[in-house]
Amino acid sequence: MGLNPQVETVYKRPTTFTPATTHYCPGCTHGVAHRLVAEVLEEMNLQEKTIGVASVGCSVFAYNYFDCDFVEAAHGRAPAMATGIKRVLPDRIVFTYQGDGDLASIGMAEIVHSAARGENITAIFINNANYGMTGGQMAPTTLPGQKTTSSPMGRDIENNGFPIRTAEMLATLDGAGYIVRRSLHDPTNIRKAKKAIRLAFETQERGLGFSMVELLSTCPTNWGMNPIQSLQWIEEHMIPYFPLEDFKVSPILSQVRI
Amino acid sequence: MAKELLKGNEAIAEAAIRSGLEAYFGYPITPQTELLEWLSKRMPELGRTFMQAESELAAINMVYGAACTGARVMTSSSSPGISLMMEGISYIAGTEVPVVLVDVMRAGPGLGNIAPAQSDYNQIVHGGGHGDFRPIVLAPASVQESIDLTVEAFELADRYRAIVVVLIDGSIGQMMEPAELPPMRHIDRQRPTWAVTGAKDRDRRILSSIYIDPENEEETNLRILERWKEIEANEMRYKEYYLEDAELVVVGFGTAGRVALSAVRAARAEGIPVGLLRPITVSPFPYARIKELSNLACGMLVVEMNTGQMLLDVQAAVGGKIPVEFYGRMGGVVPLPDEIHEEISRLCYEPVAPSADPRESWMDRMDLAKN
Ligand SMILES: Cc1ncc(C[n+]2csc(CCOP(=O)(O)OP(=O)(O)O)c2C)c(N)n1
Ligand code: SF4
Ligand SMILES: [Mg+2]
Repeated sequence: MGLNPQVETVYKRPTTFTPATTHYCPGCTHGVAHRLVAEVLEEMNLQEKTIGVASVGCSVFAYNYFDCDFVEAAHGRAPAMATGIKRVLPDRIVFTYQGDGDLASIGMAEIVHSAARGENITAIFINNANYGMTGGQMAPTTLPGQKTTSSPMGRDIENNGFPIRTAEMLATLDGAGYIVRRSLHDPTNIRKAKKAIRLAFETQERGLGFSMVELLSTCPTNWGMNPIQSLQWIEEHMIPYFPLEDFKVSPILSQVRI
Repeated sequence: MAKELLKGNEAIAEAAIRSGLEAYFGYPITPQTELLEWLSKRMPELGRTFMQAESELAAINMVYGAACTGARVMTSSSSPGISLMMEGISYIAGTEVPVVLVDVMRAGPGLGNIAPAQSDYNQIVHGGGHGDFRPIVLAPASVQESIDLTVEAFELADRYRAIVVVLIDGSIGQMMEPAELPPMRHIDRQRPTWAVTGAKDRDRRILSSIYIDPENEEETNLRILERWKEIEANEMRYKEYYLEDAELVVVGFGTAGRVALSAVRAARAEGIPVGLLRPITVSPFPYARIKELSNLACGMLVVEMNTGQMLLDVQAAVGGKIPVEFYGRMGGVVPLPDEIHEEISRLCYEPVAPSADPRESWMDRMDLAKN
């Protein structure tokens, strides 16, 4: 618009983002997940009432990128911290942003009990099948046979057991209002992921209980792949183990038009 | 308000409510549980937040989150639970948010037992999790003092944006005494300028314990130290009994201090010039006052319900100037006034040579007592 009537802005930086440049590696989809959350906060006009809870992992500095109030939790404790905030300020929107080591290993108790309590918070859960920040060690989501720096011969299920399908597990809890898994490996799936994130925040706005979107996400640096190979690796290896499904959707959400 | 017969744990809980407690998160553990149970009834009644967390780890992190909103918050536990809370305590200190924590100590290590002990002195006074900070620790010796110091704990936490621990043992938590509660305080919903509440009509705020640049962390460590110096200068509290002319000074906190007072009174009645220093703030610790006393007295006797944790702080203050002796009972055993009285008499009538570790002679005497 403006000077040239033929030019229309179709894509811009969400106002819920700060001008900071992220520290994520090239090809890492943490940045995509950030953007989707920022877009949803903007579209739902939640910026002024949102408090984010960053976790410990590659997204530890998430608070530098979202232009809203933020706290930084200890490793795995983001849901507990979010609970504390939400209980004192029930009319605010509180979300956590956690990796798979953070949420599904050291913080498993906190996420399970938050979901079981029907804590009215939203968890954005980045499953990249390893501990990105500490240099690519085995995570509870590491696939059988997957090589990591702490499973150099590949994850041995005899020794290390099996990956955890967190979304499926949390969906068994009555307190959960919205639990789905999506992937960030191509534009179609990114659009679906955004819709899911929107529904998760709608769940919270409507007081329908705990909401979580598990996002399959790349870690090209630690996977030892280029960005394109990483996207393919999600599709070929992660999705078969971690299906992209709606595991729990509160019936009221079917009335939500977005 | 008139005096009522109150149980220590419940009195602390009600004092916290009347101090404007907005949210409590906790986990059951003996001998602290009555505190949690009292709040589980009273807090919802008043429209305030009570939550039983899935663990102490979760409880302290919930308190951490709630504290970030600027609300008055508290948790409580007993020794094994406090061990689990160490993580959160450190993060709270690093983020500089006010929290009140009540530790109703029991015997340990490990599961130990549920009987009263002063086993957490080190983990709280010299601990509080990793990193470079010191918590304020208040050690009451009666139900009334527990009430008064709980009220005070919230004020100190707010004033210094710090974690304040009310440190009692199971006997104070469980016993009933006549005491007076404070009037109900109006809850101040005005949030401090650092609190995260949603960035409405203001710039966003971030609360974090991360200072990724070492120079910023050093600055933070120094800021916390400077605040600590201020706390040391302004908040040192202790009680003195019969010290004016005392030649022997007994030092004990909490229940040990209280039992020692009975012994000191009995010894005074016999004409023994003995007095008692009972630290109320075991952190900041009254080093300076103890040093002064070491110039006036000829000996000190440290009494604790552990194997001599505060003893090292007293020794540091005395600096070898006069003999420091030790008497402790532990494992859930509470010393009787007579035992301490006997120690006082022995120190008065028998010469004592200064020794590097007074626990050696104490252990020898304990053995004798057994035979
Ligand atoms: C108590 C504690 N243990 C260990 C660490 C070290 N640590 C930092 S990040 C991390 C793993 C994070 O992995 P994940 O949650 O999967 O996030 P990602 O980096 O993969 O996004 C670990 C183990 C820590 N900071 N705190
Ligand atoms: S290490 Fe992996 S998860 Fe972390 S920023 Fe780099 S690519 Fe992303
Ligand atoms: Mg990860």
